[in-house]
Amino acid sequence: MSETVLQTLCEQISAGGIRIVDLTHTLDPDFPVIVLPPEFGQCARFRMEEISAYDHRGPAWKWHNISMSEHTGTHFDAPSHWISGRDLPDNSVDAIAPRDFIGPVNVIDCSDGAALDDDFELTADVIKAWENEHGTIAANSWVLMRTDWSKKSGAAYLNMKEDGAHSPGPTPEGIRFLIEERDIRGFGTETVGTDAGQAGHHTPPYPAHYYLHGAGKYGLQCLANLDQLPPTGAVLLAAPLKIRNGTGSPLRVLAMVPGDAT
Amino acid sequence: MTDPLGPPPKKDPQKRTVSPTRPPEARSRAFLGLSAAAAEGRFALQHCAECGTIQYPPRDACSTCLSTDLAWKDTDPAGSILAETTIRTSLKLYFKERVPWRTGTVRLDAGPVIICHLHGDCARHGRVNLLNRLDRSGQAVLFAVPQERSPHMEDDPQFRAMTSDPKHRRVLITDARNANAPALAQALADAGAEAVFVGEAESWRPNAQRPALEAMSRIAVLPLDVTDTASVRALAGEIGGKTDILVNNARFVRPGGVLARGDTVFARDEMEVNYLGLMRLAQAFGPGMCGRTADGDNSAAAWVNILSVHALSNSPDYGCFSASNAAARSLSQSLRAEFRPSGLRVMNVYCGPTEDDWYQPAPPPKVAPEALARAVVQGLRDGLEETCCGDVAKDLYERYRDNPNVLEREMTLAGDGV
Repeated sequence: MSETVLQTLCEQISAGGIRIVDLTHTLDPDFPVIVLPPEFGQCARFRMEEISAYDHRGPAWKWHNISMSEHTGTHFDAPSHWISGRDLPDNSVDAIAPRDFIGPVNVIDCSDGAALDDDFELTADVIKAWENEHGTIAANSWVLMRTDWSKKSGAAYLNMKEDGAHSPGPTPEGIRFLIEERDIRGFGTETVGTDAGQAGHHTPPYPAHYYLHGAGKYGLQCLANLDQLPPTGAVLLAAPLKIRNGTGSPLRVLAMVPGDAT
Repeated sequence: MTDPLGPPPKKDPQKRTVSPTRPPEARSRAFLGLSAAAAEGRFALQHCAECGTIQYPPRDACSTCLSTDLAWKDTDPAGSILAETTIRTSLKLYFKERVPWRTGTVRLDAGPVIICHLHGDCARHGRVNLLNRLDRSGQAVLFAVPQERSPHMEDDPQFRAMTSDPKHRRVLITDARNANAPALAQALADAGAEAVFVGEAESWRPNAQRPALEAMSRIAVLPLDVTDTASVRALAGEIGGKTDILVNNARFVRPGGVLARGDTVFARDEMEVNYLGLMRLAQAFGPGMCGRTADGDNSAAAWVNILSVHALSNSPDYGCFSASNAAARSLSQSLRAEFRPSGLRVMNVYCGPTEDDWYQPAPPPKVAPEALARAVVQGLRDGLEETCCGDVAKDLYERYRDNPNVLEREMTLAGDGV
């Protein structure tokens, strides 16, 4: 039975019946990372140094040394990333069961709201309204907040002002609804973090990080191309690098989407 | 008066860029004391401790009493011209390309008679002051200037050949986010720089200095992140061929020594910016600048590093930052050697605590951005390799010169408490 499923899956991907959508930004030295007050340690930017390029440093090969944070670019947050998840079992990227890296995904379209309000909030009411249209969010599925924020670049992406960053994200009760009422697997955004730019002013601060990781759920951020996903019915592939005790990891996030061809 | 130097014409694209040539470098070891003084802009001669004779040229022993107890001391530079001549041809390529060249003899009030270069405004038998300057081989030469300032005297071609004057030159300041960037840019523009490029990292986040920079004329803010090799190479590709003076003000600083921090995260950032940043800039901009040190009136002239004076001796309250600056200072010595054949000069400007966020809790005196900018411009005009900005740096530099081991013990005392 499962052999047939896998074979059909491959055939469908080849034939275009299942489309693969890349939800990943290119790792680029100039891609924004989260900015903390400067007395705190900072997230390292992506960097690439040439080792050789078919030259005197290595005649037949080209390669680079790369460096970055666990939380640079499109990346995965494990429960151990936050203090609320630090004592959970299997809370680091190397310990998470690999079956959790593939699963169904719901996409809540908040792009209209985010276009009008940089600080647009995903509330429980917004989620319930979405469910009225698309059905109840299934347990152990991913929920992604589509804002089209990934189409912004440069200064508009972090949207940093003197009073901090301004970008959309969930409210404390919104994220609690997803965790406590729907038992989701994880939550993802197009912005630099799973929380809103101003989430430091919520109680608790950074509620998405606090509640998600405290409940052993995962985060995805700096996602792209969410506008190419259906509200329901797609499958997310998000496998972080296997870093010992890693709190997160840059990764390639792909989605399998029902395509036009049959 | 000197004919004022006008803006250089645009380069003729059909003409080959003139290759750098250098004046003779060979000197005795005793003479190098004079070059070391010239690097700091000091007019110092050998004073015999036994008989008091002040002698020139430098020797291993006193020419009067044969004592070897000779100390380099700052000396009264005033004197009178005995004779003068103008050289109209030379077998030395460097001078052949630059004749006519005025030289003469000067009797110092302090005693010695010295063969030296003469500024064009020196009157026959006139009163002069001797300046001790580095020539393009990096060796000291003595240069007589009138005691009274004459109009446009810094534009004298012989004088300009020994300095790194920013006038008509194009300057790159590497860090638009440093609190000193606007003052540096303004001072260099006021000193006659034709253009001032200011590198800005991470344009995706606000820069508090940007409004001040954008309000200035002849200043362009361009993308540059000294921690990103590709970014440094990209900017060198754009403006490397017209960067005459590079002022590296990029700095990452956090307080704390080794144990206070407990990790290597900030230390790595400090090395990335303060040490490897300098290396990346040198690898990207250095070769082009070295190739253009004889490229007319706006030739490449100087490479400026702004360093903490604690590069000389560690200040444990900023212990890791001091270490990164010591690494940068050591690298600057390698660069001096590597740039020397071209005549491109490396000037290190040493500062004590600076007037910015990271020294906010430190007590005054602190180096204000304007004071630093003045020191940079003056150092370039004097053609220096080493200069200090502010009393803290001057004091520490003197103590280092006097006895580095005593200074280290002073800097590392634990204190008996109260």
